[in-house]
Amino acid sequence: MWDVILKATGETLYMVFFSTLIAVLLGMIPAVILTLTAPDGLKPNRVVYGILDVIVNVFRSFPFIILMVIVIPLTRAIAGKSIGTTAALVPLTLYAIPFIARVFENALRETDSGVIEAAKSFGATDMQIIWRVYIKESVPRLLNGITLLIINMVGASAMAGTIGGGGLGDVAIRKGYQSYSVAYLVVTSIILIILVQLVQGIGNALYKKKA
Amino acid sequence: MIDLVNVRKSFGDLEVLKDINIHINDGEIYGIIGQSGAGKSTLLRCINGLESYDSGSIIVDDKPVTSNKKELRALRKDMGMIFQNFNLLSRLDVYENVALPMKFWGIDSKTPESKQKIENLIKLVGLKDKMHAKPAELSGGQMQRVAIARALINDPKVLLCDEATSALDPRITKEILQLLQKVHDELGITIVVVTHQMEVVKQLCERVAFLKHGVVLAEGKPEELFVHPSDDIKKFLGEEGTSLPNEGVNIQLFFTEDSNEPVVSEMARDLDVDFSICWAKLEDFRANVYGSLIINIENKDKFKVLEYLDAKNVKWEVL
Repeated sequence: MWDVILKATGETLYMVFFSTLIAVLLGMIPAVILTLTAPDGLKPNRVVYGILDVIVNVFRSFPFIILMVIVIPLTRAIAGKSIGTTAALVPLTLYAIPFIARVFENALRETDSGVIEAAKSFGATDMQIIWRVYIKESVPRLLNGITLLIINMVGASAMAGTIGGGGLGDVAIRKGYQSYSVAYLVVTSIILIILVQLVQGIGNALYKKKA
Repeated sequence: MIDLVNVRKSFGDLEVLKDINIHINDGEIYGIIGQSGAGKSTLLRCINGLESYDSGSIIVDDKPVTSNKKELRALRKDMGMIFQNFNLLSRLDVYENVALPMKFWGIDSKTPESKQKIENLIKLVGLKDKMHAKPAELSGGQMQRVAIARALINDPKVLLCDEATSALDPRITKEILQLLQKVHDELGITIVVVTHQMEVVKQLCERVAFLKHGVVLAEGKPEELFVHPSDDIKKFLGEEGTSLPNEGVNIQLFFTEDSNEPVVSEMARDLDVDFSICWAKLEDFRANVYGSLIINIENKDKFKVLEYLDAKNVKWEVL
């Protein structure tokens, strides 16, 4: 049992880590664009904001399990196959990007408008304001968002088991639910709980440290 | 030298600046006073291009304030600005906040000269022992000191102050005003102050413009404007219809929120003096409530009354 659990935990961590990493990197781009083009942004642009806003909302509307099925062709194109832990990264990342984009947008837009005005008054360029003010001032809030994302990804990665993604969710369903092994159910659940607690704890500590 | 000629500005249908003409000399401390909504902050923001204007012209040191981004940026290097809410970066310490504008201009803040400059400015504003404190650890007055140092780091010719003391209590206000005076004296910098606080104008400004509904109603030395105020200014000061006795001494007392002691009646008992109350008011200045009272006493009691008030920490002014 324990080697199965260990392998599954590794797979979950793999899926969560890489989908989070890619989503954070890619999600920052729409988040910054949304922040800049918002009505209160540096370059308000109703059209760009509106379109991006709708795209983010549309992608966030899909329950993960549906999204996973819909993007199978894309998964195949990117990962070469539609089944497996690595293949599961495609729908997981696609699910994570709009989520983190919205969370990052909110975090960035919470930046004190007075501070932005001050930076402007000292001759900061737009790029300098984005990096030195928006992003750096928002670091604690961005960290909070990442914590939230990781916890969401732990949940989503469990679902990825249904397309052969492996991981703790997969083990819980196959060994625990379908083969009636309460022990598997309990152990995988406990590991998931510990993971979430750990992530939240580290996230909170980092927030405090960076605030 | 700052020259505003026929400056107009509207927000939609609302005309906030109507044909403003102001000339500010080099090295002058110039005040713009008026109530909220008079257009004074908008006016100040037009000077460094944070706000655009519709018509007229604004010239700073022979260079027009345009909407061209590059020119505007270059112009801003010569203009420092401080704000009512200080607007410090919460995650940077005092030193890093002061150094920030250098980074916007690609100036290496790590060279010995830069370090020296940053430290000297922090010393100038009296925060030598707070060099690496975060804004959250500072009081309002200290935060404004940091903001002043930050505004001066690129050796501007002009310092713009937007309600810089409005969020501070009167004592701290006075300290900040003293600091601005010191900065002015040591660096010879032009200072433009926007405020609704009379104390600021009284203590700091060499000349002042009284702004109402986007129009400059009066301009001149503060003492000229406010000792014998016009009706509009009286109205602004909330002092219409005040007539004070001609005999004895009229003393105006200022109370802050935290002065709950019945100082006046105590004074009457402790000093055994008689006085009459001529005028009193209670006013809201954003975060603080200020009470003010004018009493009339006999000339012979003047010295001991003032001494008593000082001992009780009551601000006063002989009228």
